Amino acid sequence: MSTHFKTYHPYVSPFDPCPPILEKAYSTPPNLYMGFQPPNLPQFSPIEALKAGTLWKAFYDPWYGPLEPGKGGLPQ
Amino acid sequence: MWIYEKKLQYPVRVSTCNPKLAKYLIEQYGGADGELSAALRYLNQRYSIPDKVIGLLTDIGTEEFAHLEMIATMVYKLTKDATPEQIKAAGIEDHYVDHDKGLFYHNAAGVPWTASFIQAKGDPIADLYEDIAAEEKARATYQWIINLSDDPDLNDGLRFLREREIVHSQRFREAVEILKDEQGKKKIF
Repeated sequence: MSTHFKTYHPYVSPFDPCPPILEKAYSTPPNLYMGFQPPNLPQFSPIEALKAGTLWKAFYDPWYGPLEPGKGGLPQ
Repeated sequence: MWIYEKKLQYPVRVSTCNPKLAKYLIEQYGGADGELSAALRYLNQRYSIPDKVIGLLTDIGTEEFAHLEMIATMVYKLTKDATPEQIKAAGIEDHYVDHDKGLFYHNAAGVPWTASFIQAKGDPIADLYEDIAAEEKARATYQWIINLSDDPDLNDGLRFLREREIVHSQRFREAVEILKDEQGKKKIF
């Protein structure tokens, strides 16, 4: 199973002007890994699908910002 | 032709009076990777692409207009009752001077929408790869707007729109697979 984000550790200089962010993250949504969608994938119920933005559970990858604490999303 | 349904694709709620968010949202209205660019890009490419994927471009291009309408609603709600002082505090006084509370197709930096934001190369693979890139860029733009926004209801709508970008990207990727035409054929070269 693919993860919805990946992280890396950029070079940190002793002369950086700002406090360094040691770990940076980027989004890798599920569409990158699926190829052609296989048949019979699990579905949301219609009302859940309207809320989620997709019928297919495999494509659900919600994004939460740093100002929405406690809801997950990328590490900041 | 189109049939118009007079409702939004997803309900737009805005819970805080923060006109500054409108400045960010306008990127998805009249920006290079915004919904207007997306709609016009896909609907224009339909004429010079194999029959098998024309319907996909029609469907997604049409949906982009539904997204455009949602963004417009968000911007309108955030600005319609703003006082000139609030407009100034939000940093959108340049827009106000030119357009009052009217919406306009420009990006977050005020650059007006231009057809050079979109491409039509006529080569089906090149065009679909452009479309995939556009969806991923729009997805990222939604991420950065959500990161800047502290309005939970607005973010709820933006999350929906970001999820749609993921699904659209997936469908364009599948369209490429259809046009590659070797899918499952077990050809031996």
